[in-house]
Amino acid sequence: MIDVQPAERETPRHADLVDERIVLTYFLIALFYLSLSMVAGLLMALQLIRHNPLDGIELLSPGRWRMVHTNVIAYGFLANAFLGALHWSVPRLMLRPVLDWRLSWFILIAWQVVVLGTGVGIVLGPTLQANVSALESLPFALGAQGLEWGETPVWIDPLALAGLLLVAVNFMAPITKSRGPMYVTAWYFMAAFVWTFLTYAMGNFLPQYSLTGTSAGAVGGLFIHDLVGLFVTPLGWGLMYYFVPVMLKKPMWSHGLSLVGFWGLAFFYPLNGIHHFLYTPIPMFLQYGAIVSTIAVEMVVTTVIVNFFATIWGSSRALITNLPIRWFYTGMVFYGITCFQCALQTTLTFQALIHFSDWVVGHAHLVMFGVFSMWLLGIMTYLFPRIWRTEWWSRELCEWHYWLSAVGLFAMALDLTLAGVFQGYYWASLQPWEVSVEGSQPFWVVRVFAGLAMMAGQVCFFVNLYMTWRLSREAGVSRVVPEPQPQAHLATHGTN
Amino acid sequence: MFESKSGVLLVAGLGFFAFAFLSNALVPALMYRDLPEQTTTQLVEKNSNLMYQFENLSHRYPEQFAKHVGEPTQENCAEILELGRRVYTGEGCWHCHSQFVRPVSREEDRWGPVAKTEEYQNELQRPVMFGTRRVGPDLSREGGRRANDWHAVHFFQPTMVSHESPMPSYPWLFEGSPDKPNKRGIALITYVQWLGSWLESYPYYEVFEPTPLPGNKTNEETSESEEQAEDAEVATAE
Repeated sequence: MIDVQPAERETPRHADLVDERIVLTYFLIALFYLSLSMVAGLLMALQLIRHNPLDGIELLSPGRWRMVHTNVIAYGFLANAFLGALHWSVPRLMLRPVLDWRLSWFILIAWQVVVLGTGVGIVLGPTLQANVSALESLPFALGAQGLEWGETPVWIDPLALAGLLLVAVNFMAPITKSRGPMYVTAWYFMAAFVWTFLTYAMGNFLPQYSLTGTSAGAVGGLFIHDLVGLFVTPLGWGLMYYFVPVMLKKPMWSHGLSLVGFWGLAFFYPLNGIHHFLYTPIPMFLQYGAIVSTIAVEMVVTTVIVNFFATIWGSSRALITNLPIRWFYTGMVFYGITCFQCALQTTLTFQALIHFSDWVVGHAHLVMFGVFSMWLLGIMTYLFPRIWRTEWWSRELCEWHYWLSAVGLFAMALDLTLAGVFQGYYWASLQPWEVSVEGSQPFWVVRVFAGLAMMAGQVCFFVNLYMTWRLSREAGVSRVVPEPQPQAHLATHGTN
Repeated sequence: MFESKSGVLLVAGLGFFAFAFLSNALVPALMYRDLPEQTTTQLVEKNSNLMYQFENLSHRYPEQFAKHVGEPTQENCAEILELGRRVYTGEGCWHCHSQFVRPVSREEDRWGPVAKTEEYQNELQRPVMFGTRRVGPDLSREGGRRANDWHAVHFFQPTMVSHESPMPSYPWLFEGSPDKPNKRGIALITYVQWLGSWLESYPYYEVFEPTPLPGNKTNEETSESEEQAEDAEVATAE
């Protein structure tokens, strides 16, 4: 551990900054939801290849579980894992604890009510409402809301929004108390707290209660995109700007590029949303605007990736020896692929062919799993041994976890991307619809196996996790991982 | 500004978000402010295509219809349509079926007129159901294309009418068999028949021409054979 700048005051003890139990709890809950989401995905994948053994059971309907799949990965896995990682990184970066521990635990419980409510609402809501006469006449649906990535039933939306506000308050306390220019991570986090709240409010309330038709579609597009771009992306990059320098024990290569990356993303990302609904009745000039901004984002992203790869230059052996670093950089490679793909697919030429197809589904998996889940799993690989003061039980299982996840995901993304091209041409050639479904079958079969590989990777992780935990409970085990000490303003400024 | 709290929170956090919202959401809202949002009741009024299908449901499933809906009136139709939209949303139909026809990829030839803004300015498009994925076909021109009993059987067990379909079955919209749709079943069929029923050229490519079957028939049988003929025509059209 190095200090680039002398600490402005005596470095506080780790135990006074971080409540490790809350980090641990968030991570374990997140992993539970990851498994749930994967099982839901498997159900839908089996349905598509017409081998769903549970077809015809109302509460296991693939239509409902498809929404569970996406919502649980966004709000159950990513949000919980982010909150855990924030509880570790924000106090250690700011050298101040969060506003209040009791608030932290309250948020933890409240957020699980939100996620469970979402899952239960989507799965049970329509059934309850149809069979309980008292619920039938309710003016709103107990089940899913008709907004992609925002299927959170309408009755949970206010609670979720309140939760997001509390999260912002709790983490903004240590950030606002610190003085002077902020480190990159803090920019991303601060912006994310504002954006997530605004995005959630905009997407879940406006199309439901005030706007209709095409303009509601425009807001829906903004919501889909902002959820990834303004909630997941800034938190993810903020964590990367924190963990990569910490683990490589050197500052970011260029502070200037960090600035370009943040401000470019902040300006262009919110303008992208409508590219999800190209060729709809949304005014064409707005569609053009979204396309141009999307391509601008990809250029900005390139600067961020260049900055990170320049940072690891000279230490690239860490990619082999340091597992979390390998997770992070693999995620960044996938991020580069995703963004390159995005710059192409957002053009009207590509859209005509691949919109509505599995290309988009492959793209979504590449982003949500290939980038952000990979980063969070890397962070977990780094933090579990530190929290338990015990090295991983099996390095080999860690490797299996990595390789099965990475290869499985990449196979799935390639497979679905290719499937999308086929589907696009089937449709454009005006062959009967069934031909496109039949033609997709081989790709869908491959997708099942790719998904199973990813699931197997997580099983390796869970076994390893359980054995490591048992090891940590055994008396007399040498504490091979030292007590972590926070770094005072590590990497505030780069060398360039 | 670039590294300060106020810069990040106010300029990037609030400012850029507000700029994007104003330019991307408020602009279309202002552009279409003169297109009033139609209520479900207004949608049903004067929509004879939809009322035809709704009445047809009451003839085809008289017991079920009387039990769950009552009379095929416009008020009941509006209520059932809203329930239908709720079922469509809750079951996640919109994740595999889009509701807009694009001016590219020969979609006009496959489905019919390209989607227009006016079609979405109504209560049943709240939130709008454009959709982003097509495992199955687009449904915005589906109304009137197939008969009610085709839909009933299809929802009950898709492979019975579309052999290789990967669509899940929805037996909980029925009371045991495809000729007994429950309230949700009737609602979903009505909703699907509503999609596109507002178009002048409805159904888009199939002109309804009853071909009488041989033999003497009573009035009731005639209407039944018309439906069968319609089904047969649909089958050949595909």
